[in-house]
Formats: sequence, C-alpha cells, structure tokens
Amino acid sequence: MTMIEAIRDAHAVAMERDERVVVFGEDVGYFGGVFRCTQGLQQRFGSHRCFDSPISEAGIVGTAIGMAAYGLRPCVEIQFADYVYPAYDQIVSEAARLRHRSAGDFTAPLTIRMPTGGGIFGGQTHSQSPEALFTHVAGLKTVVVSNPYDAKGLLLAAIEDDDPVIFLEPKRVYNGPFDGHHDRPIVPWSKHPLSEVPEGHYTIPLGEARIHRPGGDLTVLAYGTLVHVAQTAAEETGIDAEIIDLRTLLPLDVDTIVESVVKTGRCLVVHEATLTSGFGAELSATVQERAFHHLEAPIVRVCGWDTPYPHAHEWSYFPGPARVGQAMLEVMGR
Amino acid sequence: MELTDEQLLAMHRSMIRIRLFEETAGKVMETGKMPGFLHLYVGQEAVAVGVCEALRVDDYITSTHRGHGHLVAKGGDLRRMMAELMGKATGYCGGKGGSMHINDLSLGMLGANGIVGAGAPIAVGAGFRNKYLGTDQVSVAFFGDASTNIGAFHEAANMACALHLPVVFVCEHNMYGEYTPTNKAMVIADIVDRAAGYGMPGVIVDGMDVVAVHEAATEAVARARRGEGPSLVECKTYRYFNHHGIQNLGLKYRPDDEVLAWKERDPIFTFEAKLIDTGVASRELLDATWAEIHAAIDEALQFADDSPFPAEDQMLAGVYS
Repeated sequence: MTMIEAIRDAHAVAMERDERVVVFGEDVGYFGGVFRCTQGLQQRFGSHRCFDSPISEAGIVGTAIGMAAYGLRPCVEIQFADYVYPAYDQIVSEAARLRHRSAGDFTAPLTIRMPTGGGIFGGQTHSQSPEALFTHVAGLKTVVVSNPYDAKGLLLAAIEDDDPVIFLEPKRVYNGPFDGHHDRPIVPWSKHPLSEVPEGHYTIPLGEARIHRPGGDLTVLAYGTLVHVAQTAAEETGIDAEIIDLRTLLPLDVDTIVESVVKTGRCLVVHEATLTSGFGAELSATVQERAFHHLEAPIVRVCGWDTPYPHAHEWSYFPGPARVGQAMLEVMGR
Repeated sequence: MELTDEQLLAMHRSMIRIRLFEETAGKVMETGKMPGFLHLYVGQEAVAVGVCEALRVDDYITSTHRGHGHLVAKGGDLRRMMAELMGKATGYCGGKGGSMHINDLSLGMLGANGIVGAGAPIAVGAGFRNKYLGTDQVSVAFFGDASTNIGAFHEAANMACALHLPVVFVCEHNMYGEYTPTNKAMVIADIVDRAAGYGMPGVIVDGMDVVAVHEAATEAVARARRGEGPSLVECKTYRYFNHHGIQNLGLKYRPDDEVLAWKERDPIFTFEAKLIDTGVASRELLDATWAEIHAAIDEALQFADDSPFPAEDQMLAGVYS
C-alpha cells in the first residue's frame, strides 16, 4: 500500500467506526483531494460526511473547531501546508487554547492534515515544512509521518485523540520511500516492508518514536522524508547509525532519544525545514540537557538552508544523502 | 408575534442584570482589584437580550471581547462570572479564562473571544454540527462592525452560506472599532450591505430597542431552524464607556454630544417608559427589579471576593487531555 492509500484507508476506518468523524477541505469530496488521500470517501460515506469546502483555510479550521467543540470529530485537509497561514490564528488562539482557558469545558478534538515538504519543484509556496510553527504552541500535538504503516496507525490515533493534532504528510514519500537521490528512478512503496498495512483498525500511540535502523556508531534524529535519506546516507558511508524516526514531535519521546544517545555518544539531527529556530534546535537542546556527559562530539544539525524554498535550487536546498553522509562523518570525527 | 408581559419583563430584568454587572465590574476594576482587560457592554444591552430571548437554552452562541452581556443574556451565573473576571478558582473557567474567555457549556455559550472576528467561523462549525446531527438547534455569531473587515468573518459568512447552515450572524454596529470610527475603516455605512455578497438576507434594526431586536432575531432564528440558511441582523447600537474600562484615558475620540444623544435613547430607560405607558408594569415593580438585581450583584461580588485564587499547580493543568 502506498502512503496515500494508507491515509485513505485510515479515513475510511475512522468514518466507519465513528459517525462523528467528518472529513472536508478544498477538493476533498468529489475530487478526492489533489493528492488523492480522500478518494472514494464521498461515494462511500455521502456528501454530508465528506465534502468540498470553499478555498478558505481560516474558515475550514474555524468551522472544524466549532464542530469539534460541540461533539464532532472533524479531520480536515489543508491542501498544502504552505496554505495554512490564514488559519494560524484559529489554530493557535482557538484550537490550542480552548481546553486551557475553559478549564476543560470546551475542547477541540480535531485533526488538521497537511502535505508538507519539498522535492516536487513546488517553489516557495508549495514546499515548506512549517512543523516548528506548531511545536512552539502548547496545546497542539504535531505528527510527521514517514511511511504507510505509521501513517495509518498515527492518523487513526490522531482522529481519536482528544486534543488538536497537526498531521504533516511529506508529499515526497506519498508514493515511495524517497532516499534523496532525485536523479534516480522512483522506488515505489511496494517493495518496502513498511508498506505492509494491516486491514481494519489499529493505532500507533502519539508520542512514541520508532527505531528505524538500529546501530551503534551514532544517533540520527529524523522524521518524515529525512528518515529514508538518513538510511541511505548510513549505507553509503558505512556508518552504523541508529536512525530514530520521531513520528510525533510533540509530545516528544525524549526517553527513546536519550537512551540511544547514551548508547552511541554521538548525535546528528536532520530535517528539511530551515535551520534557524527549527525543531532541530529543540532536539539539540534536549539532548545536551539530558545526555551531555555521554556526548563524545558536538551535536550537528543538517537542515534546509535559511532561505525561502528556492525553486531553481531545489536539490541544493534539500538535505540529501551527500550532505547527511558528510555530517555523519563529521560527527564521527572522520 | 406578540410578546407576553412575562417575556417583556424577563427582557427588562436581563438588561438590568447586564447593566449592573458591567457597572459594578467597571468600578471594581478602577479599585485595582480586578486585573486585566474589561470591555464593558453598557449601552448595547438590547442586542444581547433581544437576540438571546429569541433563542432556546440549547442553541449556541459565540461572542466577542465585549462578551459579558451575551453570557448574562444567555442565563449566565453572575457569581461565577464575577469570580472569573477576578481570576478566582470558582469562576467559570477556574480563573484561567478571564473576562475575554468567559464561557458556559451548559448554556451553549462557547465563549467570549479575545481575537476580533475569531468567533464567527466557530459558530459556523457549531451550525454544521446541528445540521449534521439533524437537530433543530441554531447557532448565533455575535460580532462587532470592525470584525467584518477581518478575513475570518468573510470566510465564516461564505462558508455558512455555501454549506447552507443554521447560523445567524448578529452584528453589533457600535460605530467604533476600538478608537477608530467605523466610517474611517470602511466606506459603507451599513454592514448589512455585505450580506448580499454572500447570498444571505440581511436586516437593519435599532439596536437600542429590545423589542425590535427580538423581532428581527426571532425571524432570523426561525428561518435558520426551518433549514432555510443563514442571515445577518445588523443592530445599530452604542457603547457608553471606553473601549476598555469605563473612563477614556487617552485622546478624546468621540464627541460629547454624540455620546449624550445615544444615552437619550437608552435601551433600558426607553423600554421602561413603554412598559409603564402600556400598563405592563408599574414604576414600583421596575424599581423593585433594580433593587433585587443590585442585591444579586453585591452578592456575586462578595462571592468572588471571598473565593480563593487557583492553586499554583493549576497553571500547567488542562493544556492537554
């Protein structure tokens, strides 16, 4: 199953199990979403449960908050994460804060799905990775998925969660485990073990990281597309990296991170979003606070450069296997 | 629809509850005992009361930064309100919401809202919920004239119409967005002109006349309940006090004669004259209502004063489930 199919399947399972689940967004109903993640849902569940909204992000999220506050479980799609900014006020000032300011009377159990990241020449408004804008907001949970199996289990967990969840789907891994070699043929999900997705209902708890590749030389903290890029870099450099797929950025699985760094004594942080004030800064700070005396080398971050996503320089911006591999060697002192 | 004497007197009582609550809160704030922001509703009472009297207890409303009046009109508990304003543990939100986020789930009052325009899309979502579940509940978004210049309002109005939802948009046009006259912030005089742009009916009503507001709201609510979609009710009204608190502390931004002219059309006093003229009530009866509510407000203030502040460990409670 591809990640798109897994996400579609998660929607269907959620809608089948719970009448309160409603799915909407721009072109989500009739057309099935521009990335096809909601294809078939309207035909199966009816246009009252899966429908097209106006191009209106603040309206979509605000409406979903009202639904959620009064008992529904909306799961909305923002067509590209880059489009979410008009809805940011509703997410930050309303969804994230309702529970706290009402002392628990009102909550906003909604899921906001967004395709994120670059790699498809989307230019600066169809390529961004805005996860740090959400991890900075207390009251939100933020998930970034990297593969079909996790995507289904995490999306079901997100929809069933009683808090608002930002659910980021790197579009470059929708159809295959992209290793960062943009000049090579696309590898489909079908040959990958994580494309084996069970039928029916299962969840992956929010807040639990996954050890993507066990190793002893250094710890790589990654999420989304960069999980696969890091794996490629490890293979190409021959470094026995332990790659941790964080899966949920907030709440963060600090124990798994610390346990790994204590074991390896070295830590590399990778993400596609821009470097400065990115989530890697939080990871780096957390590791030095919790495992400083186990570190044998400075923590290194490999991230997007501090620039708007550059159309022509897409692959110079993207932290591919060459840059990640080079950083691995640096952390190893080679 | 003719209003019964009982309904008329209930509206009178509700307006006084708002007026005295707000005047008292304003005075307490000036003593320094009430921290933070206080956007008082005095002058606009006929809007909240006229609309809320047209609603059932299970109908939903979203409110604004000037939201105390809406909660009182929906039946809010004065003691818990006063306690919330003072940041006390016995307040509606355990002291964590404050004036701008006061709410009551049991009354369908999702909350005052510190962000201009932010409540409107939430009311649309509540309206969707009602339609989706097949109930005949209605949701009302209260908002000011200035919020109709903000994106969230437009998105909400369009969404409600596109999805044909049981929502009533109630604009409290009080002529000022904070300290800026509305006619400097938009070139139309009537907010209702915007309704046509979304494809919903709109009506202008005298927001100082509680019966007129009630009549317009009743029609809009009935329309929504029948499944005929959203509408907009624009209430021309005026706030007597400053944007925040009672006294204007900065440059004068409203002419004195303008304030006086509106006060002459006071929603409570003009209504009382009508109640007496038409034989619905005697002066004595109306005075007794004032006295009774005075006592209730004093009691609410005492309750708030006597209540403890929330424990320090509550600061981090309720961020997540």
